Amino acid sequence: MTHDFFVMLSKSWGLFYLIFLFGIAVAYALWPANKEKFDRAAKSIFHDQDEK
Amino acid sequence: MTFDFSPAERDAAIGTSFVAILIGVVMMVSSQSAAFTTHGAMFFAFGVLAFFGFAKDYNKPQAQPYSRDVYYDTPIKLGILLSIAWAIFGFFIGDWVAWLLAYPDLTFDAAWSSFGRIRPAHTTAVIFGFGGNALMATSFHVVQRTCRTSLPGRYGPIFILLGYNLFCLLAVTGYFLGVTQSKEYAEPEWYADILLTVVWVGYFFVFLNTLARREEKHIYVANWYYIAFIVVVALLHIVNNLAVPVSFGDTKSYSAFSGVQDAMTQWWYGHNAVAFFLTAGFLGMMYYYLPKAAGRPIFSYRMSIISFWGITFMYMWAGSHHLHYTALPHWVQTLGMTFSIVLLVPSWASAGNALLTLNGAWDKVRDNATLRFMMVAAVFYGLSTFEGSFLAIRPVNSLSHYTDWTIGHVHSGALGWVAFITFGAIYSVVPQLWKRERMYSPALVEVHFWLALAGTVIYVFAMWNSGIIQGLMWRTYSENGTLTYSFIESLEAMHPYYIARAVGGLLFLMGGLVCAYNVWKTISSSKIVGRVSTSPDGVLEGAA
Repeated sequence: MTHDFFVMLSKSWGLFYLIFLFGIAVAYALWPANKEKFDRAAKSIFHDQDEK
Repeated sequence: MTFDFSPAERDAAIGTSFVAILIGVVMMVSSQSAAFTTHGAMFFAFGVLAFFGFAKDYNKPQAQPYSRDVYYDTPIKLGILLSIAWAIFGFFIGDWVAWLLAYPDLTFDAAWSSFGRIRPAHTTAVIFGFGGNALMATSFHVVQRTCRTSLPGRYGPIFILLGYNLFCLLAVTGYFLGVTQSKEYAEPEWYADILLTVVWVGYFFVFLNTLARREEKHIYVANWYYIAFIVVVALLHIVNNLAVPVSFGDTKSYSAFSGVQDAMTQWWYGHNAVAFFLTAGFLGMMYYYLPKAAGRPIFSYRMSIISFWGITFMYMWAGSHHLHYTALPHWVQTLGMTFSIVLLVPSWASAGNALLTLNGAWDKVRDNATLRFMMVAAVFYGLSTFEGSFLAIRPVNSLSHYTDWTIGHVHSGALGWVAFITFGAIYSVVPQLWKRERMYSPALVEVHFWLALAGTVIYVFAMWNSGIIQGLMWRTYSENGTLTYSFIESLEAMHPYYIARAVGGLLFLMGGLVCAYNVWKTISSSKIVGRVSTSPDGVLEGAA
């Protein structure tokens, strides 16, 4: 657990883990099957009146 | 305003009032300093007031028993009113600080009113008082509406709001008394920090519990931003405030960190406070109230998801740009600079998403000052995030650091973005909550809009000018290699800009007063509609 170890960790694996997370987020957002769900969600705020 | 608690919640409310009284007594008995005694007395008084407030309705029958189908709006109303009250106080103190910088005699020879004490009173009042209460109130509003379910209980959210405001009061009065741990935006001392931790964990559970009860399968994106705000602020607050008090009867404590580690922890906190308190939460506000007022769904829901994860993961690394040219290792500075530049992508994706949502609704932006507040907020969000990425570049920072440019940048974000989106949300939500057809005076909303915009533009331009002049004067060398200007000369050069800044701040304060008056008249007017009517495209007619 030295300083050099943490520097190595953040400079190498830190990069890969962020790219990996970015990949997951983009795949989730752009997955064709999710389109309908997102469209519905975007319009959902117009149906929430004070009385349910 | 009645809380309408269940019998068990009434007991819990009375019980926690006694706990506050007890904490106050213990603090006063064990106190070794006058400031600590004062804060003990404040806990005590707060507990007594809460006790009488809750005891008043103890035997009243419950008007509306708890049901998932009935939204609980009392904490939202309370939060909005507290937010406006803190706004007026915070803007007033802020403008006082501004005049004080132009005319140093305005401390009136008192210790409590010196710059070092009223400046954090201003920042805490506007960020935590005005911003925090508005975030809590709108989060309770948005989460109930988008999840189509009620808050999980009634005392929880009220406890959170009251506890949070006690924290803000302890913080601000502490500064006047000279109590501070000297960490920017984390000035309150250990006992106030413990109170905030308890409150915040409660907030986290109430919010998650509401989401767990949702009747809508997908969690609307605004809630994601609110969750990020709640989770990350908890994390930041706990880690940055790790400290050991010198005694349990004294205000003073020492940080668990020292030297450059302390500085890095503080700016990891400080920049993420900007990111998750002043950005993520307010983006949550924007993603709900802006499309709602425009009557159009968000331009790209997919882009809102990608920018959410971009903002969440990249902001965490940007804090070290506050420590350029310090003892912090060079590579850590470079890391912060790099992430700050990349952050422009999700930031502009969010700002662009908001503005593109308005395509097809520009006539509403023209006619409706509430929506115009939110449009200007998106523009300033884009401007200040661009400026932020730019200032984080190390050589640029060598010119801007320690100058008024930073103050200008912060206010372009805090006034132009945070306050504008908040006022947009307030004008949307007030008629809806108090069941009025619209705000008392749409003309006054218009007046507020132009006062706020003029104030912000004057403020930001004044600080850009003074900051860049300062930076240049501090680095101008003569032929002999000595500094051309003394510090006092740069100070004299600032004087006209400081007056301009104070005038800008005054306009902004006047706008806040107009808002408070309008909200007051809206609430006290007798015109109640049975149901908030919506036009066919879903625009709240009352939001004009």
